[in-house]
Amino acid sequence: MNKRFSVLLPVMAGVTLLLAACSQSGSPGAAGVADTIKIGEFASLTGKEAAFGQSSHKGTLLAIEELNAAGGVLGKRIDFIYEDNRSSPGESATIAKKLITRDRVVALLGEVASGRSLEAAPIAQSSQVPMISPSSTNPKVTETGDYIFRVCFTDPFQGQLLSGFARQTLKAQKIAIFADVSAPYSMGLAQYFREPFVAGGGQVVAEQKYTGGDKDFKAQLTAIKAQNPDAIMVPGYYTDVGLIVAQARQLGIKVPMFGGDGWEAPELIQIAGTALEDTYYSTHFSPENSDPVVQKFVAAYKAKFNGETPDAMAALGYDSAMVLADAIRRAGTTDGPKLRDAIAATKGYAGVTGATTLDAQRNASKPAVIITVKDGKFKYLETVAP
Amino acid sequence: MTEFLQQLVNGLSLGAIYALIALGYTMVYGVLRFINFAHSDVFMVGAFAGYYIGRQLPPETLGGGLVALVGGMLACALLGVVIEKLAYRPLRGRSTLTVLITAIGVSLLLQNLGQRVFGANPRSFPQLFPSHEFHFDGMVISSAQLAVFIVTLLLLFALRWIVMSTRIGTAMRALSFNPTAASLVGINNDFVISCTFALGSALAGAGGILYALNYPSIDPLMGTLPGLKAFVAAVLGGIGNIPGAAAGGLLLGLIETVVVALGGSTYRDAVAFGVLILILLLRPGGLLGRLQTEKV
Repeated sequence: MNKRFSVLLPVMAGVTLLLAACSQSGSPGAAGVADTIKIGEFASLTGKEAAFGQSSHKGTLLAIEELNAAGGVLGKRIDFIYEDNRSSPGESATIAKKLITRDRVVALLGEVASGRSLEAAPIAQSSQVPMISPSSTNPKVTETGDYIFRVCFTDPFQGQLLSGFARQTLKAQKIAIFADVSAPYSMGLAQYFREPFVAGGGQVVAEQKYTGGDKDFKAQLTAIKAQNPDAIMVPGYYTDVGLIVAQARQLGIKVPMFGGDGWEAPELIQIAGTALEDTYYSTHFSPENSDPVVQKFVAAYKAKFNGETPDAMAALGYDSAMVLADAIRRAGTTDGPKLRDAIAATKGYAGVTGATTLDAQRNASKPAVIITVKDGKFKYLETVAP
Repeated sequence: MTEFLQQLVNGLSLGAIYALIALGYTMVYGVLRFINFAHSDVFMVGAFAGYYIGRQLPPETLGGGLVALVGGMLACALLGVVIEKLAYRPLRGRSTLTVLITAIGVSLLLQNLGQRVFGANPRSFPQLFPSHEFHFDGMVISSAQLAVFIVTLLLLFALRWIVMSTRIGTAMRALSFNPTAASLVGINNDFVISCTFALGSALAGAGGILYALNYPSIDPLMGTLPGLKAFVAAVLGGIGNIPGAAAGGLLLGLIETVVVALGGSTYRDAVAFGVLILILLLRPGGLLGRLQTEKV
């Protein structure tokens, strides 16, 4: 249509060209012409979930550095542009808009927290810029649209494995759930835990809620204690979890407590210390894994970041960038739709968090590990296959 | 029954912290008829001062803990005097609204400066005092909870004594009745106001450290919510009234705990601020306050 009009009317031609230019500037194709490939990241580098954001960011940084040292991707250097959303709601959408329209990134990496990934996802989707979340586990994130991917397992899987763990390893029949009403991650995980657990004959004897950032949990914990559960599930993030575990132990609650990958941060141990004995959480990665791919990554990470041991968030941050680079190579272009198809076709990619295959819902299915805390240190307990 | 008693302890210890912060609000309001919204951020600075001082001292000793507590209070007293001198003194004699807005400005300044200087990441607060848990028939009270009770009571009586029985306290009351008349009889208004701010801010500092001892994760925005709750407590008890602030704090802590215990944990903050609206509608002078026609 446009073509015919442009032949007929020079004025129309001008308009069409303008439109074409606009649509091109909005699409990632424009950046493909330059001699670098621009990749954007939005992360919680400061604020409440900064420990996650920092780890994930460092993993991604390491991946980009390794890729560039090996000559870049498609013969082009990767230009890595990142922004901090301060762990606060409302920032991620603005940042995603800025990265896509101003910096013209070809793909977005982010976020750790599902709530903030959900803010940016609709923008990536409508601009046809693929977005890979390293560690948002809430299923809604990738349900936003066909441009949104993740390289980690989802909460339904995590909830199911935690329910099996509670029944088989902890031998718990009566469970209390204490979830963060302000975090989609926490509410989702609680729900995906409850369903298989109740279906398997277990009983949820108490359900209490808190709001992320609360400091006093004693009233809820006292109510939980009165129901005498065999174990307590706390599917929250580490800052709150640390205070919850410490206050629970103070109130004389001695039963095991467990949760998901939101627990994993050294800050958890700093806040709760010895109160963490007999607590467990599921996560994506253990640096104690003897796989050479993992050990090579652990060594490189330690060398770059002053001997720091990488955690699951760092490993997923690393994998998210590597899966993206792999897809760009296979696509041979950074054009949005083609890159999307290449990411969707990822099969058996040997990442540091295990073999990554993206399914039709754009989620990765991969094994999980259970970690416990012994003498103030995280300790590997077992691996659960998908 | 045990659950009920434990919830009572939970409520009272939460309330004691609100009471402690509310004392500072009410103190400044009682003398200057102005709500110092920067109070909750001085509270935050107190916690950070305790954090930095506490890290230099041997942990879990009574002496070290007291040094950190007094050090934090002194740091906050100094900060209070500086804030008053730089931000409020130039506005002396202007309408209360101007000063009120300036106070909100100072509050935002401290929050953002805090994020710049201390960093936005939450930190874990060191265990300053020797910690112990007391068990009574299934009920548990921690030493940190007891410390809040004791310090709040001590400061309540100390404050009452200062205001009622010392020369400076008499001067404060004179100033609150009539600043012009007070200066006519030879009271140095600037000095008395500085003292009021020093005292109020020291209370905020103590509150910050005790709060951090009970909930050992501190960040530059930690003051906002407890500060607002303490403001509700001060209004509930009758703002400007020292025993009223203490009573309001305890009552608010109990109300919040009851709401959570009944299963309404998501309504906790809504109920707390609902109380503020109700008290302003039904008894604007507060529970222990006298009603005065006042422009704020």
